[in-house]
Amino acid sequence: MRGILLVAKRELGSYVATPVAAVFIVIFLVIQGLLTFNLGGFFGRNQADLVAFFNFIPWVFLLLVPAITMRLWAEERRLGTIEMLLTLPLTQAQAVLGKFLAAWVFCIAALLLTFPFVITVNYLGSPDNGAILAGYVGAALLAGSFLAIGSAMSALTRNQVIAFVLGVAVCFLFAVTSYPVVTAFLSSAVPELAVLARRVSVVARFQGFVRGVISLRALVFFASFIGFWLYLNTIFVKARQTD
Amino acid sequence: MTALVEIEGLTKRFGSFTAVDRLSFTVARGEVLGFLGPNGAGKSTTMRMLAGFMEPTEGTARIMGHDVRRDGLAARRELGFLPEGAPTYPEMTVSGFLSFAAAVRGYSGRERAVRVSAAMDLTGLEGVRLQPVETLSKGFKRRVGLAQALLHNPPVLILDEPTDGLDPNQKHEVRILISRMAPHKAIIVSTHILEEVDAVCTRAIIIAAGRIVADATPAALAKMHPSGKLDEVFRALTHPTSTSAAATRAAA
Repeated sequence: MRGILLVAKRELGSYVATPVAAVFIVIFLVIQGLLTFNLGGFFGRNQADLVAFFNFIPWVFLLLVPAITMRLWAEERRLGTIEMLLTLPLTQAQAVLGKFLAAWVFCIAALLLTFPFVITVNYLGSPDNGAILAGYVGAALLAGSFLAIGSAMSALTRNQVIAFVLGVAVCFLFAVTSYPVVTAFLSSAVPELAVLARRVSVVARFQGFVRGVISLRALVFFASFIGFWLYLNTIFVKARQTD
Repeated sequence: MTALVEIEGLTKRFGSFTAVDRLSFTVARGEVLGFLGPNGAGKSTTMRMLAGFMEPTEGTARIMGHDVRRDGLAARRELGFLPEGAPTYPEMTVSGFLSFAAAVRGYSGRERAVRVSAAMDLTGLEGVRLQPVETLSKGFKRRVGLAQALLHNPPVLILDEPTDGLDPNQKHEVRILISRMAPHKAIIVSTHILEEVDAVCTRAIIIAAGRIVADATPAALAKMHPSGKLDEVFRALTHPTSTSAAATRAAA
């Protein structure tokens, strides 16, 4: 645990030391604001909730989360620091978990900075704050899922652009499977795949949270999803160490 | 003399290419082993396997009795490793980076501060302790890597080209540092600079195409060529078609 926290602390320090953190947070807040208030028809809906806000979160994360994770391993490999890091008395799993934890804490911090949205709806009406809280928990888990995918993709290459594109592509796969167009197409073309696609859709699970439902099933799903990708991440790190 | 590093049949293949071919040797306390060979001979690959960064295809190595394959974590605790090119996180400050390494090595509080400042003292880094690594010159960056390897005063040191890119004064300082630590440790140093072998090493191994072609004291090695020069011997052993090869064969 100590090793994980040390790696996480170092990683977070490097976000703050470089403009990555500031750029990410500003862009995230601006895009989220524009989408919610303009495209999302926040005022037109005349309802005191954050559904418009949460509906856009998966798509904003889809683009921004791989931008955080692309450097996690690709940069270590390009600089050669991976050789220094992994010859310290740390296991690969500790390094993988530490880096993931840092990225997750950072994403959660960015999410918490959207608190003005919560204040706004509470000022304008009386929303179901329980549902909003559930939505935030879901958003954090969704971010964790995308981060785990992005981190694993970053371990495959030394090129950050490739890591980013792979990350977006794989996250996209797990995001679109919740959309009726895709599931309808899959059910008619490959019914077996449609069942699987619905099961692994992270966005569909997230939508449950937005409706205010925190189910044990969904929590177990996210935990296993993140665990699976972090396990793959560790395997990728080990495998690429050899060549 | 007890062997702190034992290498047994260490082999690394990349596809059909054999980078390191059944290497076996031991290094005892008090020895400074010069690890020589042309580029691509397998020096860095061997060192990476010893440091637990690469998994050997066959064979194994032990650091202080800990098998690098079965008990890698324990082996790495006993080891100070300077990777090729001395990579460090560019945005971190010197003391920040060394503190991180010391914390991972299990030091905390006052002891960590003492370790970090001792390592900076040894490598002459106090003046730049709060500077980000990316703003440092090549020589200073190498010293940061060296300080990281020395932090925990390990019994075994593996240094991949520790003086590469340093100016003559800095090279001299690093050599003095290595000589001063030598009696208490087993040290493996890879280098291209043959006078360095004369200056600091008690023993030299020359490898070519992943195999040991010579293992002797620097003085004994030099005698293998009539000129008595190490670089002639090096050329003869690693580039057998050269003119020095014939002379070496004649002398032997």
